[in-house]
Amino acid sequence: MSKPVKKTAWWNNAHNRAIMFQVLLAAGVVLFFFYIGKNALHNLEQRGITTGFNFLKQKAGFGIIQHLIPYDESNTYGRTFIVGLLNTILVSVLGIICATILGFLVGVSRLSSNWLISKIAAVYIEIFRNLPLLLQIFFWYFAVLRTLPSARNSLHVGNWAFLNIRGIYVPRPVYEPGFGWVVTAFCISLVLIFILRSWAKKRQEQTGQQFPVFLTSLGLLICLPGIVYFATSTPLHWEMPKLKGFNFRGGLTIIPELAALLLALTIYTASLIAEIVRSGILSVSHGQTEAAHALGLRPTKTLQLVIIPQAMRVIIPQMTSQYLNLVKNSSLATAIGYPDLVSVFAGTTLNQAGQAIEIIAMTMGVYLTLSLSISFLMNWYNARSMLKER
Amino acid sequence: MKKMSFIMVAAFLMISASLAAAGTLQDVQKRGQLVCGVSTGLPGFSATDEKGVWKGLDVDGCKAVAAAVLGDASKIKYVPLNSKERFTALQSGEIDVLVRGTTWTLHRDTALGLNFAGTNYYDGQGFMVRKSLGIKSAKELDGASFCIDAGTTTELNLADYFTEHKMKYDAVVFDTHDGTLQGFEAGRCDCLTSDQSQLYGLRTHLKDPSSAVVLPDVISKEPLGPVVRQGDDEWFNIVRWTFFAMLNAEEMGVTSANVDSMKSSKKPAIRRLLGLEGDKGTSLHLADDWSYQVIKQVGNYGEIFERNVGMSSPLKIARGLNALWNNGGIQYAPPMH
Repeated sequence: MSKPVKKTAWWNNAHNRAIMFQVLLAAGVVLFFFYIGKNALHNLEQRGITTGFNFLKQKAGFGIIQHLIPYDESNTYGRTFIVGLLNTILVSVLGIICATILGFLVGVSRLSSNWLISKIAAVYIEIFRNLPLLLQIFFWYFAVLRTLPSARNSLHVGNWAFLNIRGIYVPRPVYEPGFGWVVTAFCISLVLIFILRSWAKKRQEQTGQQFPVFLTSLGLLICLPGIVYFATSTPLHWEMPKLKGFNFRGGLTIIPELAALLLALTIYTASLIAEIVRSGILSVSHGQTEAAHALGLRPTKTLQLVIIPQAMRVIIPQMTSQYLNLVKNSSLATAIGYPDLVSVFAGTTLNQAGQAIEIIAMTMGVYLTLSLSISFLMNWYNARSMLKER
Repeated sequence: MKKMSFIMVAAFLMISASLAAAGTLQDVQKRGQLVCGVSTGLPGFSATDEKGVWKGLDVDGCKAVAAAVLGDASKIKYVPLNSKERFTALQSGEIDVLVRGTTWTLHRDTALGLNFAGTNYYDGQGFMVRKSLGIKSAKELDGASFCIDAGTTTELNLADYFTEHKMKYDAVVFDTHDGTLQGFEAGRCDCLTSDQSQLYGLRTHLKDPSSAVVLPDVISKEPLGPVVRQGDDEWFNIVRWTFFAMLNAEEMGVTSANVDSMKSSKKPAIRRLLGLEGDKGTSLHLADDWSYQVIKQVGNYGEIFERNVGMSSPLKIARGLNALWNNGGIQYAPPMH
């Protein structure tokens, strides 16, 4: 038996109404952006300012000190964009890796029962998270740079690594034809380790017997490529940096701008990550530790199997925002002359080509894309490590 | 990100405000203040002294415009800009005029919606190196690294010069003069390259100025001058003729000291310069005594040159190209008829 449904007008239906308002809002937003876009174009035209993206094909005509892809003065503005972008990605990725490792170490040390270690970690955290990042970058660049010797009096390790005010010089690997086999062997050993791991895990679940996975993996990783390397008569040699004229030539150079920026970003972000790690670990109730100990797990195993997996649920979401901050903070590079995207593209290129709106829009687009990608990856990882409710 | 914010705000202004292309003169008069873009600190051209007062050749360029338009050379708001920000600030209407050692080039004059109103300093790019390197010429700089200001013609000239001479170089690019100088002083670069006038100015800021030498090589033409927005001819004329008035005053021997007694001069050219006869201020839409105010309050070109960068300043730059045309230089102003 069905009740007679009271008819209401479609515009009084809550669902329809909600849709109507959303459509109106969306239309308003689109109109607004259409209006300012049109207005900007009109103003630019009236002022005689060139618009459009044709400048990307023009010759750049300036040098960039660090480029991960081949670049010289005769390349285009478009290529300066890629060069800057790669430099930003380089320092961000290295920064995220180093800050995570250092942050975890300090965070765990902060909770150590050893009084000295815990206090050292506390002092580290309180100093570096409370100083402005720009100041820290200047400190590592100018204060530390000044103490380094000139090229002619470089600090050196044997005859192959040099440190001076112009940077760190290390030998550069030069690959010869047979080197592909070594890489293949390396990949094969990775696959073998993966198989070994899942086999060992399954065996442990079934029989309780443990297998020394770590040591076997390490042996596999070193031995297999090693044997291939010597079997193919060492297809790799090193190009040594040599002092020539003003500076070292050849080899691989790590410019001091990169070193200073990386150091500052790592140390600053690690101090924040350390606190996140600490809060994550403290969020796991002490009963869990006691229970693990009662089951006979050793402290390292307790941390590895009981505490960390649960702490991660608290840690990961906060880590995401630290990673995003690190990427955005890397744009402070421009203050010390590291050729990142903001310095190269939103700096020199903007000034030479003069098309502020296009270039700033592209630059913002890049940071947005980078941040959203990191966010996406971290959310995916977070979803994976979340508590599975069955 | 912080550094980008200024450009972003300026770019947004350019998008949102419906800007009138003309009317800078009216805006300035209504505001009672000239907004002038200068450098973030370059001794001799635009820098603050120990009391925080702006001084320099470019600052005097601002003052002259304020004196001509408002009759008071002190009614100025200075906006310090780095080389990356300067054009956006002018394009967006943030500043009325840019007097900041800006090189006049084809691209800037045509594609950026700007007009160059004259050349208040003829310059050329040079090199400053540490004395201890014992270098005598720029040709010996193969493989050297250079500290440079970001977003300047300097970056392009350097690339051109080294490509032409088949030499290698590394460019370390900083976004302020200060950063560039610190990089050089710390020994990050062998050489600091910039317009020669700036090199002399920056050298005075070194802890030990005698530790660095400026090489004699000049590798480019750098005509530096005041810049205004394109499409406002009235304002363009005012900025251009304010500068010409200072040049003409020097040529006729009218100085800030003798300008009052010169008022009784019988020479028609001087009487026209001081707005006593002829067109006066009508066609520029200014007060009749505009040029008198410029000379009285700021001085003629020779005076401001000597005071800020010449022999009576720490920079001790010779007039060279910047001498008047009848004195062996190329500074030449059209007659005020």
